[in-house]
Amino acid sequence: MTRTIAVLAAVWLAASASAAVAKDKVKVGFIGPLTGGTAANGIGGRNSADLAVKLRNADAKAKYEYELMVLDDECKPNVGVQVATKMAADRSVIAAATHYCSAVAIGTVETYHKFGFPIIVWGAVLPDITYRNKFAEVHRVNGTMINQNETAAKLMASLGFKKWVVIHDTTDYGKGHNKYFSESLKPLGGEILGTFGVTADQQDFTAELTQAKALNPEVIYFGGLTPIGIRIRSQMDKLGLNAVFQGTSGIKSDAYIEGLGPLAEGSLAFIEGAPIEKLPGGQMFKAEYDKAGYKEPPEAYGAFAFAGMKLILDKIEEVGPDRNKVRDALGKVANYDSIVGPVTFDDHGQNTVPIITKYVAQDGKWVVWEDSEYASGKRKLKK
Amino acid sequence: MDITLFGQYLMNGLMLGVIYGLVAVGFTLFFGVLDVIKFSHGDVLTVGAFTAFATYLALKAAQVPSPWLQLLAMSVVAMTSMAFLGALIAKYLVLPLRTAPALNTLLLTLMLGTVLREGVRLIFPDGSNPKPFPRLLPSDAFSFGAFTLRIDTVILLLSGLAMIVATHFLINRTKLGLAIRAVAQDGETAMTMGINFTAIVLITFALGSGLAAFAGVMNGLYYNEINFGMGLLLGVFGFSAAVVGGLGNIYGAILGGFLFAGLQTIGAVALPFASAYKDVFALAVLIAIMAWRPTGLIAERTSERV
Repeated sequence: MTRTIAVLAAVWLAASASAAVAKDKVKVGFIGPLTGGTAANGIGGRNSADLAVKLRNADAKAKYEYELMVLDDECKPNVGVQVATKMAADRSVIAAATHYCSAVAIGTVETYHKFGFPIIVWGAVLPDITYRNKFAEVHRVNGTMINQNETAAKLMASLGFKKWVVIHDTTDYGKGHNKYFSESLKPLGGEILGTFGVTADQQDFTAELTQAKALNPEVIYFGGLTPIGIRIRSQMDKLGLNAVFQGTSGIKSDAYIEGLGPLAEGSLAFIEGAPIEKLPGGQMFKAEYDKAGYKEPPEAYGAFAFAGMKLILDKIEEVGPDRNKVRDALGKVANYDSIVGPVTFDDHGQNTVPIITKYVAQDGKWVVWEDSEYASGKRKLKK
Repeated sequence: MDITLFGQYLMNGLMLGVIYGLVAVGFTLFFGVLDVIKFSHGDVLTVGAFTAFATYLALKAAQVPSPWLQLLAMSVVAMTSMAFLGALIAKYLVLPLRTAPALNTLLLTLMLGTVLREGVRLIFPDGSNPKPFPRLLPSDAFSFGAFTLRIDTVILLLSGLAMIVATHFLINRTKLGLAIRAVAQDGETAMTMGINFTAIVLITFALGSGLAAFAGVMNGLYYNEINFGMGLLLGVFGFSAAVVGGLGNIYGAILGGFLFAGLQTIGAVALPFASAYKDVFALAVLIAIMAWRPTGLIAERTSERV
């Protein structure tokens, strides 16, 4: 009898000891487009956020064990609101890194606010996402298309271009690009000969491009995402429309170059942030990403998804798994050291110190403009 | 308007019209023999284009140098395998539902379309991203002012038209075509005349799906880009073209294809509002036509449907 009690006592002691060692589980979320035309970017972001969680779980000093809930917004506003509601309504999820597509992000911020669910936008660049409202729950680590288009207009004007035709998709993303680029270009003396709005899943652009060709522009400015960027660039060639193809962050993906082959040469793109190798924590990120063995590349915004997720995890470690506390802690972030450079949120939750990098496609790669043969004068952008 | 500019618009529109027409003919064939609407048709086109692309990659790996040979192999492989897929769909999904309400077939094929589309995306390596379709046709171009005519566009246009004419001959001048027409007219009577109903239905589905694969290859060669979602919109446009032309009538489908392409071009070019509304415009006109002629432009005679 005494032996049985002793055994039971030992079992009980062992059980309570292991309970003290096991960490509490905390859920965090990720939302991005995992299917549909922009799925490549979404999957790159998902992998990067997943990496941040894995690295934290591998860290013995972490107070909690994190679990990542991943949902697919399909880059569609209606689906986005559904999955955002699903995640925000689940009180066990503390915070999330959300959205690559601006049209989705602008639709979901209300939902996050309503549920008091703190989020960090990791890829969408529409200024209104942070600036239309003043929601304490909404933050963003990447810059906006305002910054991006200022830089773009300055570069192009300094290269001596004067005449543009603008093609943009009619989502908030494309319309925003059209607006901010046009505004940035005007004081620099550039002229926009024509503006065409196109739908985001259009296949045939020959009618628009034939009209554009008749206007004889030096540059086609395209505000939209990779899939139709590829189609427009390729159909420009078909119609003999010789102009520089100036894109935005939306086409800065490996998929753009892979989809076009040699035709991609000389296309321009601008993104918030810098190439992985040039980011303050880029080496570490790339090394860890490769080591984790993800099949797909992180794409342009993977580092932001990683930085956003890491910031969330840091704040949960600091204040505990409580939505309100995490929200308040995120609101106070200033000079936070991240792999995309220092992060400081203004009173709208917008990172105020975003870096913008200019890119040109050269020999089948996106090359930072300053390092390219186009900047050194060895090659010229074809008019 | 400048005549050269007009020529360019006309060429663009004709090319679109041929592609829409080829898709529409499929819809109309299926409706003719079985009175069903097969919504996975556009996605069969996508699978066809990707099959051709995969064939190209295989040939490239096997170092087959001639672009004509590559093209021939790609078209043959894509068309035969899609014809086979079409027959399979008919045998195992559409025919078993013959006695069920037509809505069931419609829903089933709608779901099948999603399966095919997502299948391409997930199974094809890096299938989420657009793929560069090879340029196998000579790309020499002539320019007259605003009009740039490329040889590859001309070849594509002519082969598309040839395919439509060939289909017309098959339906109207061959014994097989006679059988298809007989089944379309009255399946039961055709059976009593000794026509193998199931075989004819399978052949018709194979024919329509083969045409879709051809349109997929054409689409790839014309735009030099294919993606897993390409068939979705083409399916919708092709279906609209078939309906407005008169579902069940081959000429109606072709007419509808060109009409829809023309409306889209007009919507993008001649109307004062943003070209983003061109599809809205084109579809609105189709709705108006449907209200005016509910059975389509070439109204089917109740006795003849193919």
